[in-house]
Amino acid sequence: MAITPPTERIWWRQPIAKVELVWIIIAFTWGLIMFFMMIFWHGAGEQNLSSEAYQIKPERFAAHAQKMIDDHQVRIEGGFPVVHPPPGSDVYLIARLWQWWPILELEKDQSYRLHLSSMDWQHGFSLQPVNINLQVHPGYEMVLTIRPDQAGEFGIVCNEFCGIGHHMMVGKIYVAE
Amino acid sequence: MSKIFDFRTCPTTGLRVDRTAEKLIKANAVAAVIFLAIGGLFGLLVALTRWPAVHFLPADWFYLALTAHGLDVLLVWIIFFEMAVLYFASAILLNCRLAGARWAWTGFGLMLTGALVTNVAVLRGQSSVMFTSYVPMQAEPAFYLGIILFAVGALIGCFVFFGTLVVARREKTYAGSIPLVTFGALTAAIIAVFTIASGAIILIPTLLWSLGLVAHIDPLVYKTIWWAMGHSSQQINVSAHVAVWYAIAAMVLGAKPLSEKVSRTAFLMYILFLQLASAHHMLVEPGFSPEWKIFNTSYAMYLAVLGSMIHGMTVPGSIEAAQRARGLTKGLFEWLRKAPWGNPAFAGMFMSLVFFGFIGGISGVVMGTEQINMIMHNTLYVPGHFHGTVVAGTTLAFMAITYLLIPLIFRRELAMRKLATWQPYIFGIGVAGISIFMMGAGTLGVARRHWDMTFADALLPFDYPSVAYLMMALNGIFAVMAATGGLMFVLVVVRSVFFGRRLAENEKPSYPEVPPQAAAVAHYGSAESPHIPGTVFLVGIFFVAFVLYYFVNWKYLSEVWPLS
Repeated sequence: MAITPPTERIWWRQPIAKVELVWIIIAFTWGLIMFFMMIFWHGAGEQNLSSEAYQIKPERFAAHAQKMIDDHQVRIEGGFPVVHPPPGSDVYLIARLWQWWPILELEKDQSYRLHLSSMDWQHGFSLQPVNINLQVHPGYEMVLTIRPDQAGEFGIVCNEFCGIGHHMMVGKIYVAE
Repeated sequence: MSKIFDFRTCPTTGLRVDRTAEKLIKANAVAAVIFLAIGGLFGLLVALTRWPAVHFLPADWFYLALTAHGLDVLLVWIIFFEMAVLYFASAILLNCRLAGARWAWTGFGLMLTGALVTNVAVLRGQSSVMFTSYVPMQAEPAFYLGIILFAVGALIGCFVFFGTLVVARREKTYAGSIPLVTFGALTAAIIAVFTIASGAIILIPTLLWSLGLVAHIDPLVYKTIWWAMGHSSQQINVSAHVAVWYAIAAMVLGAKPLSEKVSRTAFLMYILFLQLASAHHMLVEPGFSPEWKIFNTSYAMYLAVLGSMIHGMTVPGSIEAAQRARGLTKGLFEWLRKAPWGNPAFAGMFMSLVFFGFIGGISGVVMGTEQINMIMHNTLYVPGHFHGTVVAGTTLAFMAITYLLIPLIFRRELAMRKLATWQPYIFGIGVAGISIFMMGAGTLGVARRHWDMTFADALLPFDYPSVAYLMMALNGIFAVMAATGGLMFVLVVVRSVFFGRRLAENEKPSYPEVPPQAAAVAHYGSAESPHIPGTVFLVGIFFVAFVLYYFVNWKYLSEVWPLS
């Protein structure tokens, strides 16, 4: 029994039963398939997260974002500047207690280099209802290329706990046709 | 020390039982259940708040309750119980005295002090930083200090366990190799040492930082090392509860492992590969390379997952073989139909096995896939997954073996038997529901650790789809069910342990039925191929479900915005 010492003293010499061996081979092969699936997707798939990142002081990141806002602001909505940056450009999104700043207006099927960083604590970038979720750290700038392939209005929820106002932290991205 | 060791002889198993070990098992198990009750209550409050129609707690209390819930059940309940499992698997199963009893009591005292210190810090309201306490969010120093004390206590417990193995070997209290269950417990203890070392590396500087003695803790470094503790400690749980599965199968049905070699190698894979799992939490963080992510998140080509998949066949396989040897050979499933479903130890164990595999296991592998993580990270899918592993898996298994510890170690007759018979079903199905509906809500994007899914106070409007509200209501209903099951467990334990009839010195307990050591199971060595068609069928269903669910999620991923 499993609660007593093995009955065969030299248990490591016992042959493995066929049914177990077959399952081990199947399970191991399945593991390999899952392993190579991730590598395969880097070549064949369109959703691979960039590993481009920089250490950055929050003030510097805020200055980049402010420049983009000054250059490309098109209107104000609920106190938030709405920015329409040119396709292909660098766009900045600030995470801070408890806002996603500013509101971005992008164009469908155009690529943008999105820069994400936090001014204070960790935040969670959760683009809804698309359901893309990224972690945003203070002191680190994550840079990724996104290409919105649907038009409409999208919410950005914060899904990393960031204090008592966490549940009020909502941002917006518009994607124009 | 010239202490004379005090033993009694167990009337059920014939083993010598060291009374000091017995006292320590009792103390740790009782402390565990107390914190399970407290943490479970906080969990119920959390679920009632996330039920949109109820929305029970105000925001500050919600985040406080969520912090306390994570700490008390994920850390305190489980580690206290694991200490009981370690002492049981060493001193009791090896027929041996416990090494360094004074150290074991010191460890227990430290753990209790630490748990209380951290709980008080959380209840004071200035440490609602969640279980993970991600920097730069800061808690009171007492919050970190309590966890460190608790961890040191647990580390001492691990070394008492190692010491007991050495004593047993030197005093030749057993012949041959240690039992498989002890081997599993050894796996858990080795992983625990790694885990606690990681915790010390990051929590001690964090404590100094909260005291103002260290200026800066890097949030990415913190997270990477914290999860070397946080995730690896879940692997302690896996090792411990798999050991408990084998123990219950042996104690209730006299089941013998199909192959000692296969089962032990599967445990060994946990030691070798599970620690890489810190990466599961770093898949959408800035700056990690795909190579690092792929190697680590897959435990080096899924070798630790392979370990679990092996146990997934060998545990039910050993039960089937034992039942068939008893003559339950009709069809595919007579062995399962006529299993002791009225015995809460068996019922809890078997449900733990099924739920851990189907709910917790599959979702964990899928969510831990490098790219797929993007559509799940920090949504409710994550707590959905780990309630499948840690609650439906570990907690249910620990509850199940408690029903055997009450007569064997506490020497009390199990009270409230009707309630005990129903308990694993109420709790197990409740928790399975919690897991599934949280995963459902997570698939729809609902954030975890979030007080208000309606965003009523937000400056910009946003709405989740209405199905998500339904999911959260169902989650609330099943949480009430699980809490009821948890309450039933606490009632049965308290009633039995403190007010139950004391068994006489040589009296065998009548319930739950535990077969004598020399069970009626015929000898079947691993050389003869065991006949386990029912298990093969069940494993086949599991495998098909796994493959389908895995590729369905790739399909979901392929539908989100292209990004690189």
